[in-house]
Amino acid sequence: MSAVTERLDLLAPEPSRLAIVRMVILNRPSTIAAVCLILVFVAIATAAPLIAPYDPLAQSYIKINQSPSWEHWLGTDQFGRDVLSRMIYGSRNSLIIGVLAPLVAAIIGTTLGVVAGFFGGIIDRVISRLVDLLISFPELLLAIIIAAALGGGFWNIVIVLAAAFVPNFARVARAQTMAVRAEPYVEAAVASGVTQLRIIMRHIIPNIAAPIVVLMTLWTASAIRLEASLSFLGLGTQAPQPSWGNIIRDGLNNLFGSPWPVIGAGLAITSVVLAFNLLGDTIRDVLDPETSP
Amino acid sequence: MTGPLLSVRDLRKVFNAQAGFGRPSAGVRAVDGISFDVEPGETLALVGESGCGKSTLGRLILQLIPASGGQVMFEGVDLVHLGTRPLREMRRRMQMVFQDPFGSLSPRRSVADIVAEPIDSFGLAPSRKARREMVADLLHQVGLPSSVMDRYPRQFSGGQRQRIGIARAIAAGPSFIVADEPVSALDVSVQAQVINLMQDLQESRGLTYLFIAHDLAVVRHIATRVAVMYLGRIVEIGPKARVYAAPHHPYTQALLSAAPNPDPDIPKRQIILTGDVPSPSNAPSGCAFHTRCPIAQARCRMEAPELRPVGGGHQAACHFATDHPIPVPS
Repeated sequence: MSAVTERLDLLAPEPSRLAIVRMVILNRPSTIAAVCLILVFVAIATAAPLIAPYDPLAQSYIKINQSPSWEHWLGTDQFGRDVLSRMIYGSRNSLIIGVLAPLVAAIIGTTLGVVAGFFGGIIDRVISRLVDLLISFPELLLAIIIAAALGGGFWNIVIVLAAAFVPNFARVARAQTMAVRAEPYVEAAVASGVTQLRIIMRHIIPNIAAPIVVLMTLWTASAIRLEASLSFLGLGTQAPQPSWGNIIRDGLNNLFGSPWPVIGAGLAITSVVLAFNLLGDTIRDVLDPETSP
Repeated sequence: MTGPLLSVRDLRKVFNAQAGFGRPSAGVRAVDGISFDVEPGETLALVGESGCGKSTLGRLILQLIPASGGQVMFEGVDLVHLGTRPLREMRRRMQMVFQDPFGSLSPRRSVADIVAEPIDSFGLAPSRKARREMVADLLHQVGLPSSVMDRYPRQFSGGQRQRIGIARAIAAGPSFIVADEPVSALDVSVQAQVINLMQDLQESRGLTYLFIAHDLAVVRHIATRVAVMYLGRIVEIGPKARVYAAPHHPYTQALLSAAPNPDPDIPKRQIILTGDVPSPSNAPSGCAFHTRCPIAQARCRMEAPELRPVGGGHQAACHFATDHPIPVPS
């Protein structure tokens, strides 16, 4: 018995949550860049009226299709609107939709998936067939169908995109739940008289959180992209309100007149998507007890 | 207490292999009509080769999986037909120690949270301070210092994890513990420590064990009685000394003769069984063992033998059980 205690005294101290976060970030310096980038975009979206040099809706026919200059850093579009100001205001729509749609989808989808995976049987079959039905449509097509039925507008886009993403979360959550449910420690919890609700909250959710969070960051990127696509098709943010998506749509019509709207909004979407993906990888590492130091 | 602590009657479990919308195929009879009693304070060892239904039987008794039929009377209550809530209450009195010391402890919970799981679920600790004291005491009982409380399972060895698992099993003060191969995943040197710990706890807390194992040396050390399983049925059950000294069922004889013997002077008389274990989804007619039995006769193919007494509280399920008690070298 003494041998057991001796060896236990040599155990390294358990690192705190903060220490784990610090170590993971040090291992992935790109996380800092990603977080900074996201913070910058959030700041820009919040302070849009203060920093935008022009009214994003103000048209001027005497200065259409201008290249970048000191007056218009990203030039002007075919209506003579300042592209930079439109992008700054457009970040509001794009970012909020990018975060909100996957979040709503994650909450609904995870709930459905966990219920299906945990309880199984007829409940699982009903939910799974429903999810199969939704997943048989490509996200964009599903979004278009729902958007066409509901019409455009900010909240409708959130609903549309969330509905399009729900099946993905539900499928991952169901598969993960079924895997975790088969773990001996879940059986041990049942044997210890732990109620089903507590097992779900204490054992299932924490153990499936990592892939769900990563999925959320991935779909954040897709949400921004899909919002752009919907706007591009005229089903998303309604003109003349700017979003990165409809800046690209308007810009494409006039790509050879002035490529700057497309380039600017494209770069913004790419960098936000990249930042969220990097952040997702790091969150996955922090949440995973096996990879965290 | 008078009478058995646990009394299992004609317990059955059929696993249906279902394929999507398809009809359920012929089920796998993992546990096929098993009856036995466990007396308070004893250790009943359940042995048999892989896939014979040992673990399924252990889980059925604790109602971790629903039974397809039969009765499990624990402290006079039939667990099979008990509702969810009263069954949950009964779980205070019966617990399980798991085979896999790695999978059975959640990697995300501290040792204190793991050990206190039964304490929390039955609301046994009046305050946080009391909870910590209870956990410290439990850890002490399994030979771990209370300083490990705030650590996570990944820092511990297999033997230490198994001690944590045992601390969790005794946390709510059960009278009965199903130990599902608790040492088979451990190093031999650690096995003895954990076995001794379980015996110490049995003595100090008056525990009753159903000890599932395939290691006959371990069983010989810990068991009071031994039950031998083959293809979902008990083929022989009796006091340890009698089963080891005079096995009556040809399967038990083969099993015992296959156990390694450390004494080189004793000539080896190993009984080699031919063929594989038949699939439990398509079990042989009559006596399930007749396909591999060295003494099988025509009757064995037709008629399934029942367990019948062969003297001294010893029972065997073989038509010829009394006719051939071959002593096996030990």
